[in-house]
Amino acid sequence: MNWLQQPASATQITHQNRLWLYCLGFLVMFFLLAPTLIVIPMSFSESQYLEFPPRQWSLRWYQHYFDSPEWLAATTTSFKAAFLTLLVATPLGTLAAYGLHVSRFKFGNAIFLILVSPMMIPVVLIGIGIFYIYAQIKLNNTILGLVLAHTIHAMPLVVIVVSSGLKSYDMSQETAARSLGASRARAFMLVTLPQIRFSVITAALLSFLSSFDEIIIALFISGGQHETLTRRMFSALRDQIDPTIASISTLMILLSCALLMLVQIFGKDKTAG
Amino acid sequence: MTMAMVISQAMNRAAPSPPNAAGLKQDALRERLALFGLCSPALIMMLVIMVIPVGWLFWLSFVGDDGQFSFAHYQRLIDSKSYYRTFVTTFQVSVVTTGVCILIGYPLAYMLSQLPKKIAGLCLITVLLPFWTSLLVRTYAWLVILQRKGILNTWGMDMGLWDKPLHLVHNFTGTVLGMVHIMAPFLILPVYGSMLAINRDYVKAAANLGAKPAQAFWQIFFPLSLPGLFAGTLIVFVLCLGFYVTPAVLGGGKVIMIAMRITTNIELFFNWGAASALGVVLLVLTLAILFAASRFLRIERLVSGGSG
Repeated sequence: MNWLQQPASATQITHQNRLWLYCLGFLVMFFLLAPTLIVIPMSFSESQYLEFPPRQWSLRWYQHYFDSPEWLAATTTSFKAAFLTLLVATPLGTLAAYGLHVSRFKFGNAIFLILVSPMMIPVVLIGIGIFYIYAQIKLNNTILGLVLAHTIHAMPLVVIVVSSGLKSYDMSQETAARSLGASRARAFMLVTLPQIRFSVITAALLSFLSSFDEIIIALFISGGQHETLTRRMFSALRDQIDPTIASISTLMILLSCALLMLVQIFGKDKTAG
Repeated sequence: MTMAMVISQAMNRAAPSPPNAAGLKQDALRERLALFGLCSPALIMMLVIMVIPVGWLFWLSFVGDDGQFSFAHYQRLIDSKSYYRTFVTTFQVSVVTTGVCILIGYPLAYMLSQLPKKIAGLCLITVLLPFWTSLLVRTYAWLVILQRKGILNTWGMDMGLWDKPLHLVHNFTGTVLGMVHIMAPFLILPVYGSMLAINRDYVKAAANLGAKPAQAFWQIFFPLSLPGLFAGTLIVFVLCLGFYVTPAVLGGGKVIMIAMRITTNIELFFNWGAASALGVVLLVLTLAILFAASRFLRIERLVSGGSG
């Protein structure tokens, strides 16, 4: 084959010499993708036991999911918490990132580290700490408590994404707006925010997903009628393998795909490349 | 009082004091403080919902069963054989997982960085899609694949590769397999990012000067990709240390990591002191590793690497 003999890079190495790399790369991609997607066909199985490929197709487990008030209640809780987390974390994180970016304070770096620290501190520790505090102020098993905790969890994502957006934004545009008489708030809303909107949208979607997928904190502080979907799934996983989980997993993969696509469409600054 | 006097007085009041360096400096400082205040809502939330709870746990870890200050909980961590085993297991799982992630992640990142941009973008989906999918879903998938009557065993026995179902899950292998799957994107994305930033002219120059492809790779490209590899390795290792969900599901009670001991201490025994002490040790370990690494690496780079 002609292509095999062609140089693959500036070192004149041929594609043939690189064949092993392509094979290995393909295997790794298969390893990453296949287990993620395999639950999708399995969720359409008729059988009580999970099988691949399914011998008979049916929507039985989806039916089971949509007929179960417990699963639906957990789903509602997760959506509510994720949406509220988005609403709280995005503006707070954006403001903080903006404040850090323009004030250039000596302690700016330290503040940045505090804001992103939930990423570095083991989540289990944050989970039990919040559980303990919530027990004193009776916030366990409430949506409010869940949203506050998930906001902390999502804050690093928002701060990092918006900060990096601000770094590629030319602040002199805001200065120009202000020299023409706009107040700082007005200049931010009318000039800066529209230009960093890609980062803000990405941050918002990430904070939504991070709350929706979060398990460990929810394991401790959500329960009763405000149990999240992931928590319910986790306890169901430990007890027995219920094919309903396959159908829920499929729906969650669809949600992730949809959000990933939204980020690709709205979250990328096409002019910046 | 004449009209002129009123006007002049009003003007006096309205006129700004003559600008001077000290005044301007104070204004600038005030403005920066006000801007800084924009961080305060987020900061206060962090303080109330993270710093105080974690600090409280610190305190609890030093309170003995009799309510007095003591190191009893830490003493127990040192004395108890089972805690020692937990620490060893945690390190084993983390080291093996990180090692496998490097072995499979680096070549993939390298391949992606060498492919034409459009094809690389397509291939990158295979990394991003798992990265964005709930880790609970992926852990569940591995359980389905690896269990006794799972896909792998069914296929293997149907094809006559083995007679009895293999024990693939609820052990060390299953745990590491699942964790590699979850951690690999955390390594691949920063490594790929750092590879894209490498100036290809260096490799070209090396080839021009007579380096063989392997030589150009090991002497030029590989060293330049090390910061990204280092960042990715660090992220994966630190995440592994505190990991809970995957070992809890795929370990089947046989692979017990620190995070799991913390939760059982609370859910089963309601022993806050023991759980807190263990948590503090985990936190100190994590921070020590990050701190040691930050001497070689800028921490912002690490964080931005983690977000992909």
